[in-house]
Amino acid sequence: MNVPDDLLYTQSHEWIKREGENIRVGITDHAQAELTDVVFVELPKKDRQVNAKEAIAVVESVKAASDIYAPVKGTVVDANKALESNPALVNTDPFGEGWLYLLKIDNADDLKQLKDAATYRTQIG
Amino acid sequence: MSEAAQKKTPLYDEHVRRGAKMIPFGDWIMPVQYSGIVDEHHAVRKNIGMFDISHMGQLIVDGAAAAGWLNTMLTNNIEKLQVGQGQYTFLLNEAAGIIDDLIAYRIADHRFLLVVNASRAEEDFDWLDRHRPEDLRLGDRSAYFGGVAIQGPRVNELLIDLPTRNHIVDVELDGMSVSIARTGYTGEDGVEVFFGASDAAKFWNTVLEIGEKFGIKPCGLGARDTLRLEMCYPLNGSDLSPERNPIEAGLGFFVDLTKPKFTGRDVLLKVKENGAAQKLAAFRMEGKGPPPRPHYAVFNNGERIGEVMSGTLSPSLNYGIGMAYINAPQAKVGTKIDIEIRGKKFPAIIEKKPLYKKQS
Repeated sequence: MNVPDDLLYTQSHEWIKREGENIRVGITDHAQAELTDVVFVELPKKDRQVNAKEAIAVVESVKAASDIYAPVKGTVVDANKALESNPALVNTDPFGEGWLYLLKIDNADDLKQLKDAATYRTQIG
Repeated sequence: MSEAAQKKTPLYDEHVRRGAKMIPFGDWIMPVQYSGIVDEHHAVRKNIGMFDISHMGQLIVDGAAAAGWLNTMLTNNIEKLQVGQGQYTFLLNEAAGIIDDLIAYRIADHRFLLVVNASRAEEDFDWLDRHRPEDLRLGDRSAYFGGVAIQGPRVNELLIDLPTRNHIVDVELDGMSVSIARTGYTGEDGVEVFFGASDAAKFWNTVLEIGEKFGIKPCGLGARDTLRLEMCYPLNGSDLSPERNPIEAGLGFFVDLTKPKFTGRDVLLKVKENGAAQKLAAFRMEGKGPPPRPHYAVFNNGERIGEVMSGTLSPSLNYGIGMAYINAPQAKVGTKIDIEIRGKKFPAIIEKKPLYKKQS
């Protein structure tokens, strides 16, 4: 499984990429493989304020709907509209074109609670 | 995943070896997918797919009075079966609630094979055993047998001399004694094959090897579910339950009310006379939206009229499909309904069964 070194991770299989005062969030390669064929993604609305670990999006495979959680407190500034017509990007390019949303973070210190790649690798075995 | 002991089919090692994704399914651990649900689904619609169905129960009823007695236990008319023929039928409780749906094969004059759902096999056995006359033998051979479903339009290239639809034959294949039944749960031509558990791995691997040139793929329960739902074949535990009867489920065709006596008959006669309160209707989503799922509420003009039992994104049709129990007055083809998904209503329409029709 691909676990890029330059990203942060959550227990619930989201990846986080720091982009200035924003973070880009998606689900990991491991998560997309577990979910199987993604057929629908419900994205968060712009300007929505969320707390850490709040359900913010839904990724649906053929078999089931799975909640996606906000890794830290913040405000949604953008979402990946490409997923509306092509949800399978989550499977084919989970760390790239398959990103889910961009979050403006309240406090950069919150990111310290997230896992680094080595820790996440241990988690998924 | 619970660490409780899980039952493994005789093909478990093959699934793991070939990289299937395994999940708990009732008491069993089963492959949910190999290459992917959508990929396997298309393999069955276009070429051939093979499924492990070894978890299904296989009961044997044996004795001079077998047919007469089974006719009082099951809804379809078993006397119509000739040796080598099978039929879809129901095992009901006294309230006409569905204990199980199954296929009964007459494998000799006075000997029947009942292929039942994995999750109900024990319950079926106990129910039948409790009602069994002493001079009839009831056996459960499930633990000693395996089975696969081989499904798809090219199955007649893979296997020659197939029995006719709903018939079962015993043959020798490469030193293995197998029973081949022309039936399935996908809407495609196909067979279900039963064999001794010790032959399971050899049979599975041989078929995959020979089937390679016909595009065969090993498949999991995920594709089995999308394929059956496109055909509106019911799944026990989802669309069928002890709280529902075959008439509500739209499966009255498999109930012979002209038989003088069978469990649940009196209740079904009343249901037939008064009409069922709800019916199992097939629907499809209109426009883009999330796929329907079990237990979503169904509305019509703002009024709650039912509940989704099965739902998915149809890989063949590429829109959301499902089946729902809907109040009888609204359960009509063409009725516009709304499916409530995470607090929002999405439009859908009741369609004729099956939802998927093969292009000829």
